[in-house]
Amino acid sequence: MNMIYMLIGISILLALIFLLAFFWASKTGQNDDTYTPSIRMLFDEEATGKADQKSDEDHL
Amino acid sequence: MSKIKTLTVETQCYHCGEDLPFSPYILADKQFCCLGCQGVYQILSSHNLENYYAYNDVPGQTQKTQTPRLEYLDEPTITTDLVDYQDEETTVITFYIPAIHCSSCIWLLENLYKINPAIVQSRIDFLKKQVVITFKNKALSLRELAETLSRIGYEPLISLQDVVKKQQNDVSDRQLIRKIAVAGFCFGNTMLLSFPEYFGLSGLEQQFKDFFGWLNLAFCLPVVFYCARDYFSSAWVNLKNGVLNLDFPLALGIAVMFLRSAAEIFSRSGAGFADTLCGLVFFLLVGRWMQKHTYHHLSFERDYRSYFPVAVTLLKDNKESPLPLNKLKQGDRILIRSNEIIPADAILLNGTAKLDFSFVTGESIPVEKVLGEVVYAGGRQLDGAIELEVIKPVSQSYLTRLWNNETFTADKDRIKTFSGTASKYFSIALLAVAIGSGLFWLFKEDPSKALASFTAVLIIACPCALALSSPFTLAAVLSIFDKNKFYLKNTAVIEELARIDTFVFDKTGTITNPEAANFTFNGKITDLQKQWVSDLARNSGHPLSRELVKWIALPKQYTALDYQEKVGRGISGLIDGQLIRLGSTTFLGIDPIPQLQGSTVHVMIEDQYLGYFLSSQQWRNGFKDLVLNLGRHADLHLLSGDQEHDRKSLIPFFPSIQHMHFRQSPQNKLDYIKTLQNKGHKVLMFGDGLNDAGALKQSDLGVAVTDNINNFTPGCDAILDGSSFSRIPNFIRQAKDAVRVIHMSFGISLVYNALGLFFAVQGTLSPLIAAILMPASTITIISFTSIAARLYARKNHLL
Repeated sequence: MNMIYMLIGISILLALIFLLAFFWASKTGQNDDTYTPSIRMLFDEEATGKADQKSDEDHL
Repeated sequence: MSKIKTLTVETQCYHCGEDLPFSPYILADKQFCCLGCQGVYQILSSHNLENYYAYNDVPGQTQKTQTPRLEYLDEPTITTDLVDYQDEETTVITFYIPAIHCSSCIWLLENLYKINPAIVQSRIDFLKKQVVITFKNKALSLRELAETLSRIGYEPLISLQDVVKKQQNDVSDRQLIRKIAVAGFCFGNTMLLSFPEYFGLSGLEQQFKDFFGWLNLAFCLPVVFYCARDYFSSAWVNLKNGVLNLDFPLALGIAVMFLRSAAEIFSRSGAGFADTLCGLVFFLLVGRWMQKHTYHHLSFERDYRSYFPVAVTLLKDNKESPLPLNKLKQGDRILIRSNEIIPADAILLNGTAKLDFSFVTGESIPVEKVLGEVVYAGGRQLDGAIELEVIKPVSQSYLTRLWNNETFTADKDRIKTFSGTASKYFSIALLAVAIGSGLFWLFKEDPSKALASFTAVLIIACPCALALSSPFTLAAVLSIFDKNKFYLKNTAVIEELARIDTFVFDKTGTITNPEAANFTFNGKITDLQKQWVSDLARNSGHPLSRELVKWIALPKQYTALDYQEKVGRGISGLIDGQLIRLGSTTFLGIDPIPQLQGSTVHVMIEDQYLGYFLSSQQWRNGFKDLVLNLGRHADLHLLSGDQEHDRKSLIPFFPSIQHMHFRQSPQNKLDYIKTLQNKGHKVLMFGDGLNDAGALKQSDLGVAVTDNINNFTPGCDAILDGSSFSRIPNFIRQAKDAVRVIHMSFGISLVYNALGLFFAVQGTLSPLIAAILMPASTITIISFTSIAARLYARKNHLL
């Protein structure tokens, strides 16, 4: 049963790592803007669609 | 489908989507409404940025408005206040760009480096409408950057005030979120470690009991000393000032819970209340976070500094140079160009001043000034450039002095909230019960039970649910209002709204609709002639022409030939073979007609004078119903800076003539509100311009009405979009219902408290009961308040 000491220690350590990761994310401003990246990821890498190929599918 | 598409594209500007004029600008098969739009397209296409048009139809902004003068951005004294960071090579600056509205905007503004290689990086924050640009300051000056942005239709809004306040909220916001994270982390872990105790440990597992206890206590340390720190300091400060607010019982509960848990764990007499403690702090912080809802794109604290330009053109030795506004001295000579705002009281030295003071006085008719006359700050020059000599520095001007009025320096945090009042009585009752039960057990000569019951009462009655009922209800109502385009500064405004018994309206721009004018025709005109007039006026960009076309509301039939426009005077052209001329009497060469109130458009067809269109202001949609509705329960007053010509038409709306006041100066308005308040009324003021700013601040609740929330609004407690003007009675009913919900949830949390107290006074409160009661009451309150607030919103037709 002494295994429990170690398991609990590891689980708390893991949780602490996540907490610190969250701190780091919040400090570097990753939570400041939660909306723009969701649109940004939808842009194509390089221009493929020409302007006159307007179609509903292209629209976000 | 494709046919319909091409049709719509052909009548719209490819860039901004506005209706095409008679002779559109054409470039590469695309049609544009003006040279500006075509220019933007040219810039974008020459830099391979046509994808801008692929992500959205007509993403651009109309380029018909003039670009501002940005010379002042070359002045280092001004720019150092604007940039975020600057070294020898690179500069980082954050611009606020109101035009940002769709995904194409993001795409284009993040590809700025393709237009100018000196731009290293640009990052958009869409919700805040901000873009952070890093650029090489050797190759590109700040002014060139701003001009580049303006040229592609994204003109940055630069004002000293908005720049100053910037980042402060972010820091405190982040800190709160960090505290929530820590509290949540500890809450989860303590709950995990407390469960074995609640389920009962077998003999074999007893060895873990101490281990779990110590760990729990360790988790409590950051929660009490880091996350809950604000509650202790706030309770202490308030106690010193003799105020019992809700933070006092909360801080007391947290402290007692921590001390008792520590004592139980040290003495091995029990498991302590670690998980209840962590959970309590966690929920409290979440409630605080809910209450902190902020609008990034709105500012409620604007004053004259964000209305005035950043810099003004100084004339010295016949040379023009930009000067920061705060450096402007008495005796300086300044040049004000068309459409610029006069920043300080000054004497007119040169040129014809035709000033629009509508924003300052509410008077809509432009004022003309002759040489040597004093011109007050805040007017917008409509005619050509004028030269002025400053007679008072900016901060001493008539307008700004009104703003710096002493009454306003006292902060408006005087709004009384229900939880504030209730917590006073709650704290006293709580202490009475705790001491009472402690004394009871002392008399029974059971000191250990006395201590147990005393602490248990403080723990179980810790008003967590009470502390959460207000923030959660009000946050729900705030988001409902937000969906209906009514933006409140903070949650306390809702409770204040429920108490209002007197409404004061400004006239111009507030109850009248600045967009839509109503016309009446004096004379005789046939429908066909109306058609001609409309088709001619369609070619003009003058606001009166646009309103006239909108009002006549006939589809285009004829195209005008030989179209000519004399700016600000009139237009002429051949329609259907007839020579039509529209405009002022001087333009048509006829005798002026005296004593007309409002703007006129005279009509002449083939040298025959038909008569004139007289524009009168139109009330906002639903104004009549609104007034009837509000008038039933509250007093209505009207304060207008305008002349009396609308008095007659307003009589049916306002119950008594004594409640209507015209020609009110900003100071008059402020004093009027004050007198109402001294009579014991709770006053809500609706206003829109700088002239109402004093009254808005003085009133118990100032609401700025605007048709475009990106426009300037004076400092206020709430901003209402003009399209929701008719919903005001619904908002007020909802605010009253919100207060009702708070009362009900207060009742519910009292029931939970009574239940806990039943165990507590007997000294038999176990950690398990506390661990069940606290989250149960919290979750009940959270779900009750948000559901009830939404149900009421549906009843009030707000959802």
